[in-house]
Amino acid sequence: MIDPLFEEALRILTFQSGFNSAVVVAGTAALGLAGGTVGTFLLLRRRALVSDALSHATLPGIAVAFLVGAALGLPERSLPLLLAGAVASGVVGLLTVQALSRFTRLTEDSAIGAVLSVFFGLGVVLLSVIQNLELGGQAGLKTFILGQTAAMAQGEAIAIGLLAAGAALAVALLFKELRVLAFDPGFAAVQGWPVGALDLVLMGLATLVTVIGLQTVGLILVVALLIIPPAAARFWTDRLPALTLIAAVIGALSGWLGATLSALLPKLPAGAVIVLVAGGFFLLSFLFAPARGLVAAALRQGRLRLTFAERRALTDLLDGRPVQGAAALWLRLRGYVRDDVRKGGALTPAGQAAARAAARDRRLWERFLADYPALLPAHANWGVDPIDSVLPGDMVRLLEERSAPS
Amino acid sequence: MMPDVQEFLQIDAPALLAAVLACAACALVGNFLVLRRQGMMGDAVSHAILPGIVGGFLVAGTRETLPMMLGALAAAALAGLLIEVVRRLGRLESGAAMGVVFTVMFAAGVVMIEQASAAGVDLDADCVLYGQLETILWLAPKGWASLANPAVWAALPREVLTLAAVFALCVALVGLFYKELKITTFDPALASTLGIPAGLFHYGVVLLVAATAIAAFEAVGSILVIAMLIAPPAAARLLTDRLAAQILLSVALGVLAALVGYGAAAFGPMLLGVSHSLNAAGMIAVASGLILALAVLFGPRHGLLGRRRAVGRLRAAPGFVAPEAQKP
Amino acid sequence: MQYLWRTPGSRTAPEEASPIGTPPLEIRGLTVAYHRRPVLWNVDYAAPSGGLIAVVGPNGAGKSTLIKACLGLVPSVSGTVEVFGRPIAKQRRLIGYVPQRESVDWDFPVSALDVVAMGRYGKIGWFRPVTRAHKEAALHALERVGMADFARRQIGQLSGGQQQRVFLARALAQEAQLYFMDEPFAGVDAATERAVLQVLRDLDAAGRTVICVHHDLQTVSDYFDHALLLNTRVVAQGPVARVMTPDLLSRTYGGRPMPAPAALGALGAEAS
Repeated sequence: MIDPLFEEALRILTFQSGFNSAVVVAGTAALGLAGGTVGTFLLLRRRALVSDALSHATLPGIAVAFLVGAALGLPERSLPLLLAGAVASGVVGLLTVQALSRFTRLTEDSAIGAVLSVFFGLGVVLLSVIQNLELGGQAGLKTFILGQTAAMAQGEAIAIGLLAAGAALAVALLFKELRVLAFDPGFAAVQGWPVGALDLVLMGLATLVTVIGLQTVGLILVVALLIIPPAAARFWTDRLPALTLIAAVIGALSGWLGATLSALLPKLPAGAVIVLVAGGFFLLSFLFAPARGLVAAALRQGRLRLTFAERRALTDLLDGRPVQGAAALWLRLRGYVRDDVRKGGALTPAGQAAARAAARDRRLWERFLADYPALLPAHANWGVDPIDSVLPGDMVRLLEERSAPS
Repeated sequence: MMPDVQEFLQIDAPALLAAVLACAACALVGNFLVLRRQGMMGDAVSHAILPGIVGGFLVAGTRETLPMMLGALAAAALAGLLIEVVRRLGRLESGAAMGVVFTVMFAAGVVMIEQASAAGVDLDADCVLYGQLETILWLAPKGWASLANPAVWAALPREVLTLAAVFALCVALVGLFYKELKITTFDPALASTLGIPAGLFHYGVVLLVAATAIAAFEAVGSILVIAMLIAPPAAARLLTDRLAAQILLSVALGVLAALVGYGAAAFGPMLLGVSHSLNAAGMIAVASGLILALAVLFGPRHGLLGRRRAVGRLRAAPGFVAPEAQKP
Repeated sequence: MQYLWRTPGSRTAPEEASPIGTPPLEIRGLTVAYHRRPVLWNVDYAAPSGGLIAVVGPNGAGKSTLIKACLGLVPSVSGTVEVFGRPIAKQRRLIGYVPQRESVDWDFPVSALDVVAMGRYGKIGWFRPVTRAHKEAALHALERVGMADFARRQIGQLSGGQQQRVFLARALAQEAQLYFMDEPFAGVDAATERAVLQVLRDLDAAGRTVICVHHDLQTVSDYFDHALLLNTRVVAQGPVARVMTPDLLSRTYGGRPMPAPAALGALGAEAS
């Protein structure tokens, strides 16, 4: 049972399961790649959900394009025409969001929600018109809402792959400009960068990814391709080039694995599976990424609290103040106080050494803080780690001379 | 060509009643989303309930509404919690946090539906999106006169009764906690220092939105829910500067959108001599969009045209010095 | 029914102030860190009872963070904060807070009177409406800052200085014993500055303690009795005459000249 399935999976994953499925899988991977790269800058511009308004706003355009095609007497639904309609109404929706949030007191979230639901509502009304007209080929229209990989023909997959690669390439070429835009648009404008035009380019790329993703992933979920990979990548790094690269890889892997799974197993709609795979990557990153992941951050924070509590308890004992409760228990666990003495704190030799080191650290850090506050930004862990491990030796000696009780 | 009374009472009246109640309830709680800059929470929650609905259906194994609603409520609570966890602990902006959570949950729901249909169970994601306003029937009334009979009212469709109950719940909660909602929305830090749990009120608003959305989606669909949570409060926001007035106005505008939208969908084509009707939920969303557009353009103080007039008056006033003229 | 929340211990009834001898605010070993970088480091401070206290220090010295940590609005790594001898969660009724003006949405649909009335919410408690008496108290507070004529105005239509005065009136309406104010003099016109100062002096005369983050070194000695010089840690504290000296100020703001060449070389490019 498992083995043939596994072999089949391997064949699809390695593009050896016939040309057609290879093309579909590759096209979907390219789509994910483009979503990750373009989405990175949307995320940094805090525009993640604008693409949600954009994708929902495509529906009335698709419906109108279908009606136009029927009026012109085109025999079958024509994909380029429908996608042109999608682009047109998506752009109108996008501009409406921008106009609402710029020229009225409404905030961007309200503008997005209003545009998204009203445009989609209009699309639904138009779909009900189409349904009433009983035209041929309308069944395919619903696939735009939830997507369907199986519907992807070879030519379409190749087109999607090429367009997606083009979008990713455009980001690579405009990397420097987009970085300035994402980091500090005000500064960029003052420096003479065409901020408005760059924003348009970015939103144009988002539109491109959305529209080519419509057929595969559907307009409700296509926004996930733009949001989840960069959001997951954010946990791994603070550097923009790495962020873009990781987002691209996560996006491509999601598309690749998702399309494979969908082709392999029955009743797994590609769009949803791609989003779930991306969600899996997000969860892993959120929990376990070393840079900003949850586990790492919790460990860091816990260690920090413990360090401070331990030092405080040690210096208290050294000064003859009693230490009780959890702190006392912890010191006993560390072997810093004798087990038989519950209160008053009889320090063991190791405890004495640790307490003296803590007191010295605190004294020297205080001196450093008093004398050279301007140098603080250069030392991320000042005041936390032992001073000898952060500052150079001659600096520490200098501080020691100054803080020595005279 | 007017429809006869019995047909109106049996088919249109319950649908209209459901739409009006759904719109009023959504508009009421939507005010706090709009003011908290959480407008997209309605979108996120109403997508994220899909796996809960399917799960409730699969667990109970029937088309009963209650398990689905409970499942949906659980899913909404989970979504609200996850969004907050991702936003706070993951330090992502709230838009991205919502985008991650609701798409993944909706995708899970879609996969569950497909898997269920493989097992011979028929569910449809469409009904979650568009609702089934047209299928709500009230067979009891036979004419205007029969409305005097209490038994006729007791036979109101369950959807309408549910929505009435949820609307009453919204009114009661907003009334009871009005001042706490106001302060936690305006200045959560001050609220915390006064001992009012601002974080709890955040979840409370999310849960109330979820409950409203769940009660409404079955009748009107999630898209209309999103429109009604945002468009009427946003329009009211442009028309008044007082919170109580904004809330009342938004409910009125929501009801207006329901009436206009339903009327246009049900009777519009008839007036044009076509026998079909249009999707009512979609049409109500469009009507609310038109109302918002009118408020944006013609709002007295904050509308685009109104504002221009005010600036014109200011420029014409004696002693006005244009800002550009003040520069040295 | 009062608002009781947060810590399990807070379920006991809040007690009235103020046992003689306990300082209005006592901070012990307070450290607040962002990631692993301390923003406040081992802060110890006991505020004297009654009087106007300025918190002074350069940008990024943690002044606002100190106030927020005292109020429990940001988490701390270590340390304790006590208000009149008890944890803050039990003493909320004794505390007033004036946040920075930028911290709220001034487009919000409330009037100046509404905002001031919010200061009374802590006294009103759950489920009870804002009564006429509370509105009158709010109006009286607006009068004291010279803003009674603007009571019905939507807050967004007020000038920056007027908004600041509304915030101050709200603090007055709280009728607290200990006030935290975050830069009440920041970016205000001369009339507002006088109004703010008058309110501070009234509070002082009524025996309240006011802790203000303050950025204008010129006016510290004129406006305040005590000062807390802060730069991540406490540099100095005490009566302004003793604390606002060139030596202590330069230690707060600059520190010593750059280290000796040998040490500088060892620090490398980081020092430049």
